[in-house]
Amino acid sequence: MGLTIADLKKGERGIITDISSNDIPLKLLEMGCLPGNEVQLVQVAPFADPMYLNINGSHLAIRRETAALVLIDKLLNE
Amino acid sequence: MSKQINVALIGNPNTGKTSVFNALTGLNQTVGNYPGITVEKKEGLCKLPRGVKAHILDLPGTYSLNASSLDENVVIELLLNKNDKDFPDVVVLVSDVENLKRNLLLFTQIKDLEIPTILAINMSDVMKNKGISLNIPELERQLNTKIALISTRKNTGIDDLKHLISNYRDLSIEPCLNASTIDVEYFERLQKAFPNQQLYKLWLVITQDVNFGKMTRQEMDVFQFKTKSEVELKRLQQKETIKRYQFINGVLKEGLTIDASKATGLRAKFDRVLTHKIWGYVIFFAILLTIFQAIYDWATVPMDFIDAQFANLSEWVKHTLPSGVLTDLIAEGIIAGIGGVVIFIPQIAFLFLFIAILEESGYMSRVVFLMDRIMRRFGLSGKSVVPLISGTACAIPAIMATRNIENWKERLITILVTPFTTCSARLPVYIIIIGLVIPNNYFFGLSYQALALMLLYIIGFLMAIFSAYVLNKILKTKSKSFFVIEMPSYKLPLLKNVGLTVLEKTKTFVFEAGRIILAISVIIWGLASYGPGESFNNAETIVAAENPELSGIALDDAIASHKLEHSFIGIIGKTIEPAIKPLGYDWKIGIGIATSFAAREVFVGTLATIYSVGSSEEDENTIRNRMASEVHADGSKIFTFASGISLLLFYAFAMQCMSTLAIVKRETNSWRWPMIQLGSMTVIAYLAALVAFQFLK
Repeated sequence: MGLTIADLKKGERGIITDISSNDIPLKLLEMGCLPGNEVQLVQVAPFADPMYLNINGSHLAIRRETAALVLIDKLLNE
Repeated sequence: MSKQINVALIGNPNTGKTSVFNALTGLNQTVGNYPGITVEKKEGLCKLPRGVKAHILDLPGTYSLNASSLDENVVIELLLNKNDKDFPDVVVLVSDVENLKRNLLLFTQIKDLEIPTILAINMSDVMKNKGISLNIPELERQLNTKIALISTRKNTGIDDLKHLISNYRDLSIEPCLNASTIDVEYFERLQKAFPNQQLYKLWLVITQDVNFGKMTRQEMDVFQFKTKSEVELKRLQQKETIKRYQFINGVLKEGLTIDASKATGLRAKFDRVLTHKIWGYVIFFAILLTIFQAIYDWATVPMDFIDAQFANLSEWVKHTLPSGVLTDLIAEGIIAGIGGVVIFIPQIAFLFLFIAILEESGYMSRVVFLMDRIMRRFGLSGKSVVPLISGTACAIPAIMATRNIENWKERLITILVTPFTTCSARLPVYIIIIGLVIPNNYFFGLSYQALALMLLYIIGFLMAIFSAYVLNKILKTKSKSFFVIEMPSYKLPLLKNVGLTVLEKTKTFVFEAGRIILAISVIIWGLASYGPGESFNNAETIVAAENPELSGIALDDAIASHKLEHSFIGIIGKTIEPAIKPLGYDWKIGIGIATSFAAREVFVGTLATIYSVGSSEEDENTIRNRMASEVHADGSKIFTFASGISLLLFYAFAMQCMSTLAIVKRETNSWRWPMIQLGSMTVIAYLAALVAFQFLK
């Protein structure tokens, strides 16, 4: 329990299950960060922050602290 | 004349909306501002089939109708106000084919307002490479609209789009989905309270207040209708977004197929290098270095040419027009002043060219990504990099570019420190002083002068970072930190877009600066050509009596400089001289600095005016030569290494730009911040110049 986007390693993927805060910016949801969508960590800047993600085909970067609010189930690479 | 069709171009950022605008309007476009706010308003005319014309309005890019910035709010304000003269007869929603899903969110929102909306799917040329195929008839059916598949790069589909615009009356205005099902009871009550209003419009007005502060609206006073708390409303907005995505996923299941195996990983390949932990930074600094090399070294060829042309023009005017007061004003004041700005067109164009390319190619987002963590230490955001880089062109658009920084404290600090970056208005001053006091030698292919200029850019940038760090410690504003940035796919910049941007920005710079310089040159010239009392009016007799050994040109020169010293400007200059003497300046430079508080680029024009009035010579001296030959009363040179460095540092740090102060006032909504900026930056500039001169002299 409690895996978030912040726990992903470069190249790993997950499915968004829930968002653990009401403070999550609406803009992030609008860009596709919604339960049920797939997320992949594309690249990280030094100190693993910010994180460059591919969410549901949308490429965007968010800070680690925001990433830690988005709960996921990890997908195993086939 | 038949009525024009009002068309609004709306779309996400990075969808090529501006390219579509350029393709539709060509050179028939104007850039202005929305009344009262500093959001850029781009509009143009487009000829449609059968002699119909369309008025095209290019609205700021937005991801949804839930505004979170001033720019995005312009879109909503327009769509909510049927009485606005620009209210669209038809909206063209520009989407890019790769991000169709996200773009459709905005599309469904606009459709819910019952405005005819054409979906223009741009960048269709990349479909094959990305393995994307679309079922257009199916998409048109489900989305209740017509679709134009276009490519502004390959110039295809634009005629289809024009055709759809001219037939906008055939478009359905039926909404795509019913958003009110997210809370049936609430929406029923809302409709009952305002039976004459469209339901989705009401909802947008209510949520806009949540997102963007209270708006006054006479037609519908939704403040009375407060049955939900802000938190509840926010949650409803989230539900709405989820519902819209459910609908969109359903539509795209039928309408869009992506064969990932056919996709080429160009983005991944570029990203691997450009966002790399080491190479990313190396490449970024290499790019910056190239920019500086270009604006200093490569631009000198056209600059020397322009310089010579203006010297010739001034000569020509003097010899052609009848000699007299007016001719002197034109030749010595106006032409010299304008020449002082026009000469910098090559450099400014280069700067805007590079910035436009960095933005258009999608590279700027990678820089934001790389720099965010580092910038955060100084209380800035990765997004502050964009203002700090574009501040090297001009602080005004740079400060406007801070609008997409979500966190208020980070945004405020960015606004406050951006004027430290070396804007193009400082270039005229830097270049002329560097040319005078730094030797023109080469060091491994890099010229000393270019290195000095580079150093000044670095000093400005470090000062910005340092003051951000201090401000971050002082300011106690609490605000939530949050940061989202889209990483667009890499694109080869379109020549037409880049060209138009460079042309537009350079034109604005020259005309804005030209106007101020013209006014100040005329004033300075007037003040320098007239003076009170005996010592000005009887200069000839006084000088001749004091220097009986002089004759001819030498006598004329002595008279001219005596007159200048006793003119109005001379008196003002002598009064302020004690304050600037410790910095190594004489009163003429003092006048230049004082007028520079209107705008820095005035400096060169002011000096040119003062010097040309102060000499009787009719030779073809350029401003630089005149400055080099200026001497103190004891015969020593005025522009030495020490006074030059002191002057450079003063201009590097001082807040000398009224337009920037005005824009800071607008963006922070108070005079407090611009006044703090003006005061503290001037003090820093004075101290730095003082220390430098006393140390080096």
